[in-house]
Amino acid sequence: MADNQTAVALVDYTSDSDALSALVTDALAEAKAQGASTAEAGIHVESGLEVTVRMGEVETVEHTSDKSLGVTVYFGQRKGSATTSDFSAAAIKDTVRAACSIARYTAEDEYAGLADADMMARDIPDLDLNHHWNISADAAIELATECETAARDCDKRIVNSEGATVSSHQALRVYANSHGFIGGYPSTYHSASCAVIGQEGEGMQRDYWYDAVRDSIDLNNVKAIGKMAAERTLRRLNGRRLPTGNAPVIFAADIASTLAGHLIAAIRGGSLYRKASFLLDYLDKQIFPEHINIHEEPHLKKAMGSAPFDSEGVANGHHVLVENGILQSYVLDSYSARKLGMKTTGNAGGVHNLIIDHGDDSFDDLVKQMNKGLIVTELMGQGVNIVTGDYSRGASGFWVENGEIQYPVEEITIAGNLRDLFMHIDAVGNDVDLRGNTRTGSILIEDIMIGGE
Amino acid sequence: MTSHVDLARNQILSPAGMGDDDLQQTLDQVMTHAVDNADLYFQASRHESWMLEDSIVKEGRHGIEQGVGVRAMSGEKTGFAYSDEIIVPALTKAATAARAIARSGQQGSVQAWKRSAGHDLYQPVDPLTTLSDEEKVQLLHAADAAARAIDPRVKQVIVSLAGVYDTVLIAASNGTLAADVRPLVRFNVQVIVEHKGRREQGTSGGGGRVGYEFFTEEDRIKGYAREAVHQALVNLEAIDAPAGTMTVVLGPGWPGVLLHEAIGHGLEGDFNRKGSSAFAGRIGERVATPGCTVVDDGTMAGRRGSLNVDDEGTPTESTVLIENGILKGYMQDTLNARLMGVASTGNGRRESYAHLPMPRMTNTYMLAGQHDPQEIIASVDKGLYAVNFGGGQVDITSGKFVFSASEAYLIENGKVTQPVRGATLIGNGPDVLTRVSMVGNDLELDSGVGTCGKEGQSVPVGVGQPTLRIDELTVGGTHG
Repeated sequence: MADNQTAVALVDYTSDSDALSALVTDALAEAKAQGASTAEAGIHVESGLEVTVRMGEVETVEHTSDKSLGVTVYFGQRKGSATTSDFSAAAIKDTVRAACSIARYTAEDEYAGLADADMMARDIPDLDLNHHWNISADAAIELATECETAARDCDKRIVNSEGATVSSHQALRVYANSHGFIGGYPSTYHSASCAVIGQEGEGMQRDYWYDAVRDSIDLNNVKAIGKMAAERTLRRLNGRRLPTGNAPVIFAADIASTLAGHLIAAIRGGSLYRKASFLLDYLDKQIFPEHINIHEEPHLKKAMGSAPFDSEGVANGHHVLVENGILQSYVLDSYSARKLGMKTTGNAGGVHNLIIDHGDDSFDDLVKQMNKGLIVTELMGQGVNIVTGDYSRGASGFWVENGEIQYPVEEITIAGNLRDLFMHIDAVGNDVDLRGNTRTGSILIEDIMIGGE
Repeated sequence: MTSHVDLARNQILSPAGMGDDDLQQTLDQVMTHAVDNADLYFQASRHESWMLEDSIVKEGRHGIEQGVGVRAMSGEKTGFAYSDEIIVPALTKAATAARAIARSGQQGSVQAWKRSAGHDLYQPVDPLTTLSDEEKVQLLHAADAAARAIDPRVKQVIVSLAGVYDTVLIAASNGTLAADVRPLVRFNVQVIVEHKGRREQGTSGGGGRVGYEFFTEEDRIKGYAREAVHQALVNLEAIDAPAGTMTVVLGPGWPGVLLHEAIGHGLEGDFNRKGSSAFAGRIGERVATPGCTVVDDGTMAGRRGSLNVDDEGTPTESTVLIENGILKGYMQDTLNARLMGVASTGNGRRESYAHLPMPRMTNTYMLAGQHDPQEIIASVDKGLYAVNFGGGQVDITSGKFVFSASEAYLIENGKVTQPVRGATLIGNGPDVLTRVSMVGNDLELDSGVGTCGKEGQSVPVGVGQPTLRIDELTVGGTHG
């Protein structure tokens, strides 16, 4: 069987932050030597193990090991970038040269450059993100087998499986720029997932469940993950369509995060300065009902979205986006901030741990409150236009009447405009999903258009 | 002409001081375990991208990546490891990790090299050098100027140019020794238009396995600019899309994303071997009306989805998926073909050396039928005419698929009337083509912009189709 090897790289850079710091420092020195006025460099290295067991047998054992170094140079206001997966001195020199060569052809852009020096993070907090899981391939296979077995043994209608996967990854990031900023942090990411297929009559359905954590001791019991995957699959069997018409809708917690994603896409600096947002000029205006508060907490210990500074080295921290339904802040990096005549919000590289505050209602309370309507548990396709807010996606889930689930539904669409959907959020449940970068409970919205028969 | 194998040897193996012996020895090491088949996938890749916005070229990026993946297969099991260092010790270490999938002690044999005879569908050029950096910048400006000249309502133009020079070398224990030098370029124009406070966007572009000079020919750049502006301006006038089940006419070309989602993924060999596809076990059954023939063709010259050999060294083929409405075949890589007792169809593809191959589409399209497209539109009393799409998605197990229209019109009394806002269309893969009642005589392939994602891996693909009338499809508008 498999041996205990978990990493393939000859040099395991993920535990050697001194070596990476030296490499980014060298890259910056090389940029200066080649005439750049300012420069920044970042390194990301990652290694891991991923095993999949399907129908009780090992399907794949993968050893991953990736690294890349990126450098951006500025000649005054002209910019060029290059990346390499080769960390030799010669390759780094060539990479800097490629970036410098590009900067000869890009235009003067008065807004280009590093983030301002006074915005750099001064303290780099330890966010407790690094918990190495010393797991062998054999032990991972055993866990995946337990997970899949629990799913397959759940019910005779579970007839097939796409397998269970257990993975463990460790990464190290280092970023430096010519303001003298240098910072790095290690992190780990461990997960277990399972996807099974159920059949009753002609129709087959598939669903899955997973858990993802920084520290393996926090990982859900793999049998519980498998059982959940099976239950989610079974409850979808014999789905029906719905007649076309309007109804209230609950977005289940694990997909409600997509709504937060559309909000962020619309208040991102890049969408705003390009005037490509349905929330252009909505700062300080009501975009949600008064009971909605949304904030970002990048420094949460052990959280999946945490980061001690942003990808330009800018200090980040508690950041209120929406208070009492009013848009309080955009999501900006230094470039888009300058374009908009504002200051960066420490969001180069995105948001970290976006939180939608919730009330006391459980998921069942939301269902009772809705009384009659649609619970959406899966969305399909990319039918979201951030310029106009037009929203139209494929969906499946459950039909609710008298405050109780009646039957599964599939092959329907849901459509509306995001501005209206946001303004008509009735409640956010307390069933918060902690596995990702967005933390929200299920979201009840007053009305959406269902396309069906 | 120098062969692809020689080019790849010079580019990848020689700098590392490696030769065919090292490939042989590594495979020998893997085969000391009870492994049915093993392969090495070497890759060296150079890519660049340029971006214009606010009428200035703001960004350019250059990247190099290289590495080698080692795969060992034993029954349904696969062991896989890779390294981004192409040196003998890294290869040895990866081989040791990959072979651990199977018990040691058995001595498998590595066959003598036999070169795979691939196609010659594109020139083995480095597209990054086919224009000077100055000329690349000029191309971006030309697109910007063209878009802005069309209409004063154009407020923002974002133009990008990207190129990849990819060289791969594959050596397998069955004696396969193959290589491919793969250029790939792409040009994209996105515009934002504004009128009376309303804003809309439009996007267009193209590319293929060619050099950048492709974009200097036939006024292509102006064509992309015109198309993007047209789409955005049409959407400025769009009214709410209808909701519900209705007759839908799909335009030619890129709307072929329908076939990719509804049919293509469900016919990939892995899902059918595992029985997880809604199409599993249905070969020989009717899944479309008699006029419908769908193929996956990796052998089209210069196209984005084409390959001289796939990522397992198998020459690509033109595979008939549906012939006159009857399900004919699946798309296979070597692993799934072996387990299903058939031959690979040259559809084994991987995103890079750091990913495992699996059955993937190349260029997927439906052959032309008899009907004039005007006649098809004229046949519809009330319905939707969708000519451009964003992406799509499919659940291969339930068969449900979606694709999202970005330019669509109402059809009323046989005439195309008002434009409607973007809407998602949803249907069921195994029966959507049984509702195709007319197939146009205007087959078109897309302009070379498609990227397909599966299990986290992206690969370039093509799609195409003639105008199609589908009698019943659900449209996800807001207007009841």
